[in-house]
Amino acid sequence: MSAIKNGLDRRKFLKTGVVGATGLIVGFYLPGKRELLAAEAAPAVMNAFIHVSPEDVVTVLVSKSEMGQGVATSLPMLVAEELECDWRRIRFEFAPAARVYFDPAFGMQGTGGSTSIHSSWEPLRKAGATAREMLISAAAQKWGVDASECRAENGKVVHMGSKRSATYGSLAEAASAIQPPTDVKLKEYAEYKVIGKPMKRLDVPEKVNGRAKFGIDQRRPGMLHAVVLRCPVFGGKVASFDATKAKQVRGVKDVVQISDGIAVVADNTWDAMEGRRALEVNWDFGPSADASTDSIFANFGKSLDSEQGYAAKKTGDAASALNSAATKIEAEYRAPYESHACMEPMNCTADIREGEGADLWVATQFQTPSQAAAAKIAGVSPDKVNVHTTFLGGGFGRRGWSDFVNEACEVSKAMKAPVQVTWSREDDMQHDYYRPASLVRFSAGLDADGKPVAFSAHIACDSIMNWFYPGSIRNGFDDSSVEGIADIPYDIPNIAVNYNLVSGPIPQGFWRSVGASQNGFFRECFIDEVAAAAKKDPYEFRRDLLQNNARNLGVLNLVAEKAGWGKPVPAGRYRGIAVVEAFNTYVAEVAEISLDKDKNVKVHRVWAAVDLGQPVNPAIIEQQVRGGVVYGLSQGLKGEITIDKGRVVQGNFDTMEVLRMNEMPHVEVFITDSHLTPPTGMGEPAVPPITPAVYNAIFAATGKRVRKMPYRPEELA
Amino acid sequence: MAIRFTVNGKAQSVDVNPNMPLLWVIRDTLNMTGTKFGCGMALCGACTVHINGAAIRSCITPISSVEGKHVTTIEGISPDHSHPIQRAWLEVDVPQCGYCQSGQIMSAVALLNKTPNPTDAQIEEAMAGNICRCGTYQQIKEAIHKAARMHGAAKTETSELDQIPQGALAGGAE
Repeated sequence: MSAIKNGLDRRKFLKTGVVGATGLIVGFYLPGKRELLAAEAAPAVMNAFIHVSPEDVVTVLVSKSEMGQGVATSLPMLVAEELECDWRRIRFEFAPAARVYFDPAFGMQGTGGSTSIHSSWEPLRKAGATAREMLISAAAQKWGVDASECRAENGKVVHMGSKRSATYGSLAEAASAIQPPTDVKLKEYAEYKVIGKPMKRLDVPEKVNGRAKFGIDQRRPGMLHAVVLRCPVFGGKVASFDATKAKQVRGVKDVVQISDGIAVVADNTWDAMEGRRALEVNWDFGPSADASTDSIFANFGKSLDSEQGYAAKKTGDAASALNSAATKIEAEYRAPYESHACMEPMNCTADIREGEGADLWVATQFQTPSQAAAAKIAGVSPDKVNVHTTFLGGGFGRRGWSDFVNEACEVSKAMKAPVQVTWSREDDMQHDYYRPASLVRFSAGLDADGKPVAFSAHIACDSIMNWFYPGSIRNGFDDSSVEGIADIPYDIPNIAVNYNLVSGPIPQGFWRSVGASQNGFFRECFIDEVAAAAKKDPYEFRRDLLQNNARNLGVLNLVAEKAGWGKPVPAGRYRGIAVVEAFNTYVAEVAEISLDKDKNVKVHRVWAAVDLGQPVNPAIIEQQVRGGVVYGLSQGLKGEITIDKGRVVQGNFDTMEVLRMNEMPHVEVFITDSHLTPPTGMGEPAVPPITPAVYNAIFAATGKRVRKMPYRPEELA
Repeated sequence: MAIRFTVNGKAQSVDVNPNMPLLWVIRDTLNMTGTKFGCGMALCGACTVHINGAAIRSCITPISSVEGKHVTTIEGISPDHSHPIQRAWLEVDVPQCGYCQSGQIMSAVALLNKTPNPTDAQIEEAMAGNICRCGTYQQIKEAIHKAARMHGAAKTETSELDQIPQGALAGGAE
């Protein structure tokens, strides 16, 4: 957690369940550490998001998970803008799990879909403005003056007539008792002092001296360490096992069977891993022991051959227009499964007190399902489960699941002790919820003038939502399977996008930018093919088809201008371009590459233009764009997940490679001035355009199309 | 059989499986959690520490081989952010999720100790063993150059550190 200069940990006080109708937290509970409380004055609770200590420290409760995307800084910025507090006296705490922190986008507390800034934009600025007005009222009452004669600035309330002033810390206790106003007015763009500024990240100091605590860093009194042996084949289970040898391993305390497999519990992680190596298990591999990447893609192909699927988009009559087109372009593209490979492997620390309550210390993206999972296993109601959200060592969608929470809770319940379950890298890579592998067949038609008249796409893949929440699937449709294609922005009169949900045994999950991570690649590479068939420049071709789509056009034009598109490039260098909208943020990227004699690709430079409405912290936005480029290049040029005999072939960073520093291009980021539009997110949308930009550059260099991720040089040789 | 060594100058003696990697001794026996587990195969660099001044991957270093040696972890670089690498990391705002950063910093410190003014190519070579999934590579490179300049200047820069909240600079509360 972020530093608390006065040693006061607010989370220990905050009663998680009791929240008043006004949104104010009206109760406290005080487990342990009362001596600490006695020595320290408790901060005043202004509302669910803002506490002010007598020492003028403003604590912002961050209800979103910090996984690198910067919410621990950008959300406090929204508060600070309206609160008029001293930025140097601001700090953050991760909020407990409670209904007041539910995100309207999900109907629960969670972080994903690049929604944090968008969802928090109004509520957090209002929370700041409301607290400010309460502090002003408290000062006015103290001085016996009218509140309209006072104003707030830099952590103080000032009486304009007498020049008297009082710090927020001195006013907070009285202010917290004042009825919150319901009609606060928020600032106009021209008045912003914090929003739009590249404020330093609040979480960096503790991330450069080893003090930041991630899930895996939790240490509780009496805590045991556990690892779990899971069936390597998806859908398989334990038939029988013999723990005799495992129990003889030094440090091993016990071996317990849980839903996901066999847990080995020990004094430390290594002894648990050694114990696991000594386990003897007979598996029932189940019905999927023959599944392979080839068999799965063969199923996709068969499905596309035989079934029309769900009509995800239908404009005009694409089939007729294709039949009468002067030129017809067809291509088949495919994307592999991808593992999230967060640097912090999955883990959870649970203290289950059966029938009484539970505590979770966990790097989770979704607090509410984690809380529910622990409650079910502990046999208590969710409000009896305290969720202590830690820093996340990467999330990328993986930590929206509760599988690792279930494991820790089951083992803690069996051991009647706090237990930390830690996954090895191999566990993490081989028991992920993977970005869906996907197969798509495109057709496009040009008229005699080279103008596109028809576009059709037929997509086959498994469905994320069918794994996450099967009840959400209607008529075999999952929007996340087609996003990036069904929302094609180009002005083409006849469009048909169909989707075949092909269920399989491989768990599917949200992977940074979700459907757009593969569909953005498919669409932007295929459109490049159409541009080439029309004998048009790929930038100009897109530009001409985006005349009715201002935001896509805006970023496309901006990136072309900044990269100097169309101007001479250094000898041996080639460029490609792509534009994709994801989660209502628009990103266009230009990649500059070279190829060596063995057709290895080197990406030298990337220009990225983004339109996410009002930028909140441009420095963090730049970080996220660079991060998205790196994540995207890893899928485009490096590793993939393949399946053989029903299990994942890869296990670690030797077989599933990711981008390293020596492969990092220089990335320049350009943010449009779009303050008239409320902000959207930047955690994910920079991922989709990079692979098509690079592959389109490969075409510019070689005249050959790459239609399958990841790129392998031998395919061009 | 106790194994003796020092961590950040402090004498330690542990009685564990002699094959246990140094990483787990540091994290689970000594409860110093700044050093991270990432891969267990010396592929990602998250576990990087120094032994007698050299950067090593603690996840594959058996504790038996550390007998009598001096280990430096991220906690030993400087608790108050005074090391030029930490100062540069703060000024550039390098970390995102931060999980790999202990290892990145330990590799960068070792690089600067050996090569006080590295070129881009030298930085890339020295740092290629440290994976960052958030993609902070460009900022790391910038920060290493900045730290090299600070090292060279051998004096304290003021500058952007003034913007960092006081509470945060005081260190972690837990």
